[in-house]
Amino acid sequence: MTAEKGAATARKDTVTDQRTAPQRDGSEPLRPSDHVDADEAIAQPALGFVGWLRWGWRQLTSMRTALVLLLLLAIAAVPGSIFPQRMANPNGVTQWERDNPDLFPVLDALQLFDVYQSAWFSAIYILLFVSLIGCILPRTKHHAKALRTKPPRTPARLARLDDFREDRIAAEDPEAEAAHAVDLAAAQLKAQGYRVERYDGRGAFSVSAERGYLRETGNLVFHASLVGVLLTVGIGGGFAYTGQRVVVEGTTFVNSLLDYSSMNRGRFVSEAALTPYSMRLDSFDVTYQEYGGPGSGQAGDFSANVTVTHPDGSTSEDAVRVNHPLQLEGDAIYLLGNGYAPTITVRNPEGEVVYRDSVPFLPQDTAMTSTGVVKVPDGLSEQLGLVGFFYPTQVPLDTGAFASAYGDLLNPMLTLNVYAGDLGIDDGTPRSVYALDVTGLEQLTGGDTGVDSIELAPGDTADLPNGMGTITFEDETPEGTDPALGYTESVKRFVSLQIHHDPSALGVLVFAVLATLGLLVALFVPRRRMWVKATPDGDGVRLEYAALARGEDPALADAVEQLRAKHRAALDD
Amino acid sequence: MQLDPVTMDSFSVVLVWTAISLYVLAFIAYAVDLANRSQASLAAKDARQLVGVGARAASPAASEPVVAAAPRYVWGRIGTSLTWLGFVFHLGATLLRGLAAGRVPWSNMYEFAMTGTLLMTAVYLGVLFWKDLRFLGSFMTGLVTVLLGSSSLFYVQITPLMDPLKSVWLVIHVFVASLATAFLALAFALSVLQLLQARRERMAVEAAEAPARRSMLRTIPSAEALEGLAYRFAIIGFIFWTFTLIAGAIWANDAWGRYWGFDTKEVWTFIIWVLYAGYIHARATRGWRGTRSAWLSIVGFVAVIFNFTIVNMFFEGLHAYSGLS
Ligand code: HEM
Repeated sequence: MTAEKGAATARKDTVTDQRTAPQRDGSEPLRPSDHVDADEAIAQPALGFVGWLRWGWRQLTSMRTALVLLLLLAIAAVPGSIFPQRMANPNGVTQWERDNPDLFPVLDALQLFDVYQSAWFSAIYILLFVSLIGCILPRTKHHAKALRTKPPRTPARLARLDDFREDRIAAEDPEAEAAHAVDLAAAQLKAQGYRVERYDGRGAFSVSAERGYLRETGNLVFHASLVGVLLTVGIGGGFAYTGQRVVVEGTTFVNSLLDYSSMNRGRFVSEAALTPYSMRLDSFDVTYQEYGGPGSGQAGDFSANVTVTHPDGSTSEDAVRVNHPLQLEGDAIYLLGNGYAPTITVRNPEGEVVYRDSVPFLPQDTAMTSTGVVKVPDGLSEQLGLVGFFYPTQVPLDTGAFASAYGDLLNPMLTLNVYAGDLGIDDGTPRSVYALDVTGLEQLTGGDTGVDSIELAPGDTADLPNGMGTITFEDETPEGTDPALGYTESVKRFVSLQIHHDPSALGVLVFAVLATLGLLVALFVPRRRMWVKATPDGDGVRLEYAALARGEDPALADAVEQLRAKHRAALDD
Repeated sequence: MQLDPVTMDSFSVVLVWTAISLYVLAFIAYAVDLANRSQASLAAKDARQLVGVGARAASPAASEPVVAAAPRYVWGRIGTSLTWLGFVFHLGATLLRGLAAGRVPWSNMYEFAMTGTLLMTAVYLGVLFWKDLRFLGSFMTGLVTVLLGSSSLFYVQITPLMDPLKSVWLVIHVFVASLATAFLALAFALSVLQLLQARRERMAVEAAEAPARRSMLRTIPSAEALEGLAYRFAIIGFIFWTFTLIAGAIWANDAWGRYWGFDTKEVWTFIIWVLYAGYIHARATRGWRGTRSAWLSIVGFVAVIFNFTIVNMFFEGLHAYSGLS
């Protein structure tokens, strides 16, 4: 049985070669010369410069090159998952450098921390896309023509095809019956979506039918959409911007460059590109899983409730939640993080307020142990810098240090160490608001000073060292709050927002969906040819049914049998 | 009676272990089946060696098993029945876990493994209605046993979802990824067999005079037919994987504020996609069809497993579901 199969396969090869050579028949999809369905490449001697160019281009647009480039792309992407990438994880890169100071410069020179912008990664994908464009342009042109080509002439000996059925029917007028049978077959094939062409003559009637041009269309749409994705990403990126901003409850954020703590702009984004809306953070909601239960202390259901003032002056209320960015004037606003912003008041010895602000403290762990810095530049005998910890639920550790046991405000506590001296903010050097450079400052509390750190619960006031004044940790609990709630409303919260504008996202989505549709069509629409031939033969008609697959087509044999059955049923009616 | 989540979850664990035991039994039955085939193959004349491998060509129709249709593979049937039984318990376990958690049962590694292996078994059993691929049975039940068994190492109690996971895209993205994995697993198994079969065919041609050695491979389809089958499962898997990639990007755009950021998991999903695109190309490239393309299918699936295990556990990235801190 296998022997027969093998022989049949071998025979089919010869048939294929005769029937499907592209120069004979324009309905074939054009394929790179090393495609399995293509003719054997004729090794042409390269003639001079132009000859070499042509040869080079053919190499670049061959299946083998595409394949090798695809595999190279896969391999080249791997290091980016092993080494931290500047783009996605800049802190990771700094950490890596600290851990491996000797190796770092070498790997950095190899661009292993910027893999996806590296020269070698770019070279691979650019070559791949040049190859891709060089491949699909001629194929598209060819396919456009093929769509207008008639199905090919019926082969002389259908029996040589792999999928072949033969029948004989008796007929009084074989000539007329044969013509009728082929009419009927042509109509049936047409109804099934085949393009049909009659080829009568030499004592026989036949119809040649072809379907599945869509397969090549799908393939071309798929590959072209990949180019579309790449171009949209490349060009759209120039119009994108991403900014970060910390907003404390009760304060307002204005969408202008000045108001961002950091901002990345594409090269085509002008200063004026930002829509002038503003947004007030009214409140921030979060729930914590109950202490001791499953997922104890896990925070969730975050919601930053905001009032938006639109450029036309109208206002609306909305919320920014995880997975539900706020869409606003073409921007998408995301909730990146949250934390506490204790309100701190500093008074001079006369009792006048010299400083008052809600200072965002950055969370360090899931129980919201947070660190922050307060800088008091004016109004006291010296400039003061305070470095502190905030514990929403303070518990003492065995070592005597404090920790936070829970993210919510059950037992809030603020501890501060005081430094005095020149804060270095008057000379115009940009300084982070989250860090204090203590060089040149005199530490007045904590550490080796012998003076206890300042410890404050909401509502508490303490004296600053050296009689410099007082410091108060304000209790922000709104008036009329149920006293049973304890401290839970006593400290303001802040959110860090990301404002993102990326006009490429929609285009990428459209091309990605097109690519998927093209892929479905290209992989699952069968491309096949069918022939039905009727030959008057003495007192009857010999009926032949045959089919030829173009590419993968596992259902071909069934299709022939179904065609025969349906045709015979209609004939017998 | 209203069952509380903790009780339901402990029932679920019992069902998982029952399913694992049944899969082990199925694996043994299938292994006996392969051994029997190997014995039977001595009797079956190796027709293929008369043909020669040189005549191989693109003929997807040549996928009929040579003698596999013979009904005497009792142990194969027992294996399939046991797999069905295991599947029922496995399904029960997964449903209970989902009910107990009040959400889809694929939100942490333990649950991914549970649902992913459930889909593998489902796809395998479903495919049996279409084609007799029971010779893959020991491979599939073996794989499912190992994955499901080791997933109990990652057992975690039911905890409320992290905020970024509260999304319809969790339902879609992860489910489709598991479905893709199920199809790619079948393609992988077929590609491995294809390589073995191709080697045997080559040796049969070279040593046409030598007495036939026993081999269960003689009772399964030709290397070429296996390749055609592997390709068909791989393209279905590839389509689902493409969809996974797109759905993941949409979700990332909602959750993290960008649709693509070369996060480790994104990178690996992309690598796998490119590898399979390479495999599909290889199948259409002269000189790459056959053994070489089969290696690509194998490498692709190794990357899938790597992505699920090593990348999940040891690579840093946003997919740790740390959420907001
Ligand atoms: C960006 C990189 C590429 C990717 C991701 C890719 C992916 C794919 C996929 C998934 C298929 C199978 C779907 C189908 O048959 O339509 C395919 C087929 C095909 N690709 Fe590509 N491709 C890429 C580049 C290229 C290039 C550069 C060429 C030209 C040399 C090419 C030529 C072809 C051809 C001729 C087919 C049809 C294969 C067949 O007959 O089965 N592709 N490609």
